[in-house]
Order: sequence, then C-alpha cells, then structure tokens
Amino acid sequence: MRALTWHGSKDVRVETVDDPEIVNPRDAIIKVTSTAICGSDLHLYDGVIPGVKSGDVLGHEFMGEVVETGAGSSLRKGQRVVVPFTISCGGCFHCAIEQYSCCENSNPAEKQDMSATLYGHPMAGLFGYSHLTGGYSGGQAEYVRVPYSDVGPIGVPDHLDDEKVLFLSDILPTGWMGAENADIGPDDTVAVWGCGPVGLFAVQSAIVMGAAKVIAIDHYPHRLELARKMGAEIINFRETNVREALMEMSGGIGVDAVIDAVGMEAHGFAVDNMLDVVKQKVGVGADRASALKQALLAVRSGGRVSIPGVYGGMTDKFPLGALMEKGLQVRTGQTHVQKYTKPLLEKIEDGTLDTTFLISHRLPLEDAANGYRNFKEQQDTWTKVVLKPGMEH
Amino acid sequence: MSNSTRNRLEATAGIAVALGAAAIGAVAAKLQEGRSSDDAPGRTARRSFGKHAVTGRTVTIRKPRAELFAFWRDFTNLPAIMENVEKIAIKDAAKGLAVWTIKAPAGRTVEVETTIVREDEGQLIAWRSVEGSQIETEGRVTFENAPGNRGTRVTLIIAYKPPAGDLGRAAAKLFLREPAVQARHDLKRFKAFMETGEITTSARRREGTRAAKQMEAA
Ligand SMILES: NC(=O)c1ccc[n+]([C@@H]2O[C@H](COP(=O)([O-])OP(=O)(O)OC[C@H]3O[C@@H](n4cnc5c(N)ncnc54)[C@H](O)[C@@H]3O)[C@@H](O)[C@H]2O)c1
Ligand SMILES: [Zn+2]
Ligand SMILES: [Zn+2]
Repeated sequence: MRALTWHGSKDVRVETVDDPEIVNPRDAIIKVTSTAICGSDLHLYDGVIPGVKSGDVLGHEFMGEVVETGAGSSLRKGQRVVVPFTISCGGCFHCAIEQYSCCENSNPAEKQDMSATLYGHPMAGLFGYSHLTGGYSGGQAEYVRVPYSDVGPIGVPDHLDDEKVLFLSDILPTGWMGAENADIGPDDTVAVWGCGPVGLFAVQSAIVMGAAKVIAIDHYPHRLELARKMGAEIINFRETNVREALMEMSGGIGVDAVIDAVGMEAHGFAVDNMLDVVKQKVGVGADRASALKQALLAVRSGGRVSIPGVYGGMTDKFPLGALMEKGLQVRTGQTHVQKYTKPLLEKIEDGTLDTTFLISHRLPLEDAANGYRNFKEQQDTWTKVVLKPGMEH
Repeated sequence: MSNSTRNRLEATAGIAVALGAAAIGAVAAKLQEGRSSDDAPGRTARRSFGKHAVTGRTVTIRKPRAELFAFWRDFTNLPAIMENVEKIAIKDAAKGLAVWTIKAPAGRTVEVETTIVREDEGQLIAWRSVEGSQIETEGRVTFENAPGNRGTRVTLIIAYKPPAGDLGRAAAKLFLREPAVQARHDLKRFKAFMETGEITTSARRREGTRAAKQMEAA
C-alpha cells in the first residue's frame, strides 16, 4: 500500500510499504477514505517529539471502510467508521472510568518503558505517533490495522459526508474537551490561545457551552477571522499587548478560564521563548511554552487553566508561583476521544456543531509531503489539510 | 509490627524454609531487613542483595482473584506472557515439577526444572529451580483483593543467582537480563492478556509481533 512515512526532521515521503494484516482477534482493517494532517503531526515533522523512527507511518486522524475483521471485532465489513486517535482496550481501570487516553494496555508492554521513564507512568497507544506511544502505523495510508476495534471506531450514517465527521477522530473532541476542562459557566469570559483547528473547535465549543464572551488569540489574520465568524472577539498578539488587552476586556478581573491550544511550539518574541527555540533546535529539548506562560499570568485568581496543547518534555522559567499563589486549577491531557464521539456525532447531526468550515485544502495522499510543508509554512491560509487516497491530482 | 507486615514476613520466611537453600534464604533474610523502618516492600529498598538479583513488581488487574490464580497455576500458560520462555512442560503434576525451555543465544536453549514449593489456593504460588539447575531461580506470585471493585493486586517476585558455565550464563543473560524490566514486562503482558484477551502489539503484520520474533530468534 501507499503511506506517508517519516524519515527525519522536515523529511516525510509517500512510499510503498507492506499492507497491514489482522494480527489479534479484536483487530479490524480499515480502508482509508479521508485522513487529515494535525498540528500534532507538525511536532513530529519538526522533530521535537522523541522516539520517532525512520519509516514510521504517520497519521492519527482517519476514517474509512471496514474491509477485514478479526473474530473479536464488533465491526462489519463495509461499515463506514471514524477511528479515534487514542487506542483504548476498554477493559482496564482507566478505560472503565472513561479516561481512555490513559489506557494501560494499548501501549505494548515492551514499549512502555520510555514514556514511563520520562513521565513516571507509561502513555497509552496512539496511532502514527512515535514509539513512546507504541509505534503504531498511522492513518495517512491506504489501509490501517485498528486494534481493539470493538472499543474505538464509531459507525457513521451514510448521509453525513466524510468532511462532516472526520474530525471526530481527534480535533473536534479535543477542542470540546479543552472547553469542558475550562469548566465554563454562563457569565464567564474565556480566552483561547491558538486559532488552529484545536483552538477554533475550542472556541466553538465554549460558545455552545454558553460562555458570555470568548476571546481568541493568534497572529494569523485569516485564522483569527475564522474565530471571529464563530462569535469570538479576537486579539492579534503581533499588534496588541495580550495581557493588558485581556484585563481590559474582562473588566479588570482577568479572564475566568484560559485554554492553551498552542502547545510546545509556540511562536513569539519573548526572550525566554527565543531561548527555548534555540534549545529545541540544538536538541536539549526545552518545550516552548510561551503561550501557556502568558495564559497563567492572564487568568484571574482562582481561575481555570485547560491545556489541550501538547507538551513532551520540560520547560524553563515556568511561572509556578502564579499557579500556586493565584490558586489556579489545571486540567489537561490527550483527549479521551471515545468518551466524546457519540455525543459529538449527535451535535453534528442536529447542526449544533459544524466542522467543514475548517478545511482549506483537499489533496491526494500522494501529495501528503506537500501538504505537510504548506500546513507548516503557510499556516494562515492552510488551516486544515484532508488527504484522500486514490484522489485524482 | 503490624499484623499484615508480620504475615508478609512469614510468607517470605516460609519460602526460605521450604527451600532449605542457603542462598535463597539469605535473600529472604535481606528482604526482611528492608522492612525495619518503613512500610514499603523490602524489594523497593535502595540497596542490593549481594550476589543475588531480586526484583518484584505489582500490578492491579481488573479481574477476580480466582481467575488470575487459575491462569498462573497452569504453567503452560506462562510462555505467552514471559520474555524468552519458549515453553513450559509439566513433568509431574502431582509433584509440581515443570520443565522450562528458555532461549539462549545462537539458537540454543536451556532447560530449567522447577518445583512448586508453596501454593495457597487463590493467593500464592511459589516455585524454585531444583538442585543442579543451570540457572538457579526462584519466583513467587501473590494475589490480593484490590480495594472496591478495582480487581486484584498481583505481585511477582523473582530471585536468581548468576549461573556457572558458558551456556548457562548466556541463557541467564537473556532470561534474566535486567530482571526488574523482565518482571515488569511479564506482569504488564499478564494484565493485558487477562483484561483484553490479547497480548497487545503494534505490529502491522503477524510476522512483526513479539511472539513471532521470539520464534525467529530461536
Ligand atoms: N490534547 C490532545 O489530545 C491534542 C489533540 C490534537 C492536537 N493537540 C495539540 O493542540 C495544539 C494545536 O493543534 P492544532 O492542530 O490547532 O495546531 P496548529 O499548529 O495548526 O495551530 C497552532 C496555532 O497556535 C498559534 N500560536 C502559536 N504561538 C502562539 C502564541 N504564542 N499565542 C497565540 N497563538 C499562538 C499558531 O499561529 C497557530 O495558528 C498542538 O500542540 C497539538 O499537538 C492536542
Ligand atoms: Zn491530532
Ligand atoms: Zn484500557
């Protein structure tokens, strides 16, 4: 089959690799009809996530048709499904309490040591995302082996196009959980850093959850415009002093909740961010956390901090004092996708949530490398890339 | 000393007595020393056990105690979850004798015969290699109810003495390489198998699984 493989920083290629097979009874094989490039993939593309090996197949946002099933799969051949990027066994303690992205069994035993050393506990398995998370072949391919297929994939009705439901795999639940973790009340002012796909879905979710005001922060005019169209007020951090603006826009109290939808590769000109850029480049690996640092200072005392943005390691000059002295509450994590797929599918069906506004480019899978480069370098206008195996150039 | 601590001590000492093996007895004694000042298991102490490697790990498995015990009690089930163990054959069920075939480098194998030294239904199984084995090893697995409906706490403790002889040493290197890592992986696979019915693998094809690779290396 054809698949997008990683070969090093800024080096991804579409190559021919072995087709997947049913390996375990609960597996299914999915023939991919649509698959997207995620901001998380850019962290791999930029080489700032450890444990990626040459030849690894990337991609964790995908959907398609079931073409093969193991004896223990609950899926049927021909069924159309969206697959969560988090692999969850359904049988462990964490799955039982719906903390699916903390599944204890989906990362193979012999692969758990690396993340356990880094974080104190192993990470769960994720598709197409480093050997820290199992080293599973990903969804930017013609076919994918989906383990524990009776727990993750959600069947979708034929009248909903791929583009309406594809993002149930990751970014829609991620934006939703990002907003849910901010514990939004009706009188709240909420600030969202980053107007990428995750930030935009967090904005949309916060509005649906009834926030009085949502303020979106980025420096790309087109992305900010998308946030404004959804009903957010916007701040361009290149033009405006973000913290001062947030204080004024929240009546001098500070925003009630902040959502960091930027993650470890924040852009910015603060001195410590520039230093972090250098350190990341020379491989001493400090996460660039300038958006999060700013958010911690901007949130009101006793406020809530939600972090859907991904961080992989350590960071320098972290405003720990602000966290403690202001009495903040922090919630974060890889998304517990399986918990949200059903309710969010309903919200797509009844029109509460729209996801299609986000897609700026549709490319054949063969052009995936091109898609990565542009999603990275033309962020303003390349808001989301959907790849289609077999699509004509 | 709390009651539960005393019980644990006795359990440990019990093995040593049953074995009558001076080397393992020394290990058991060291395990006890580690218990003097705090409530942590002796195996988590910041010191070594002389020539012996001792390691222990605990996992919580969301399954009833009896089911887990029954799986472990049948040693022929264990190669599926244990690193570098090719097969375990029951030699004499009544006497609890089993023969483990363990992978050694260059396609060779080593056999270790073990005997069950203690078995408490639903709670504990302890085994050790018989006199004259190429690898001197001892293992003990215990099953305790976890709080509420969290299932069962399973603790695996393995002790071994580096063997004499080239083949024995080579096999031990594989079999007992970093015993802490091995015990952890074995227990995690046990957990995955009992909770999911599968040994988790990220292989895209059957030939890429751990089991397939293990057969290949043999
Ligand atoms: N928690 C999860 O399960 C999960 C799932 C998917 C993605 N993510 C993470 O969410 C983050 C965002 O993903 P995405 O797909 O939207 O990525 P993206 O790269 O498309 O968007 C990031 C946006 O942040 C903006 N930005 C950069 N620095 C900023 C700053 N200092 N202040 C304000 N905005 C800033 C960028 O201009 C960009 O528009 C990434 O870290 C990604 O890894 C997490
Ligand atoms: Zn993603
Ligand atoms: Zn699980």
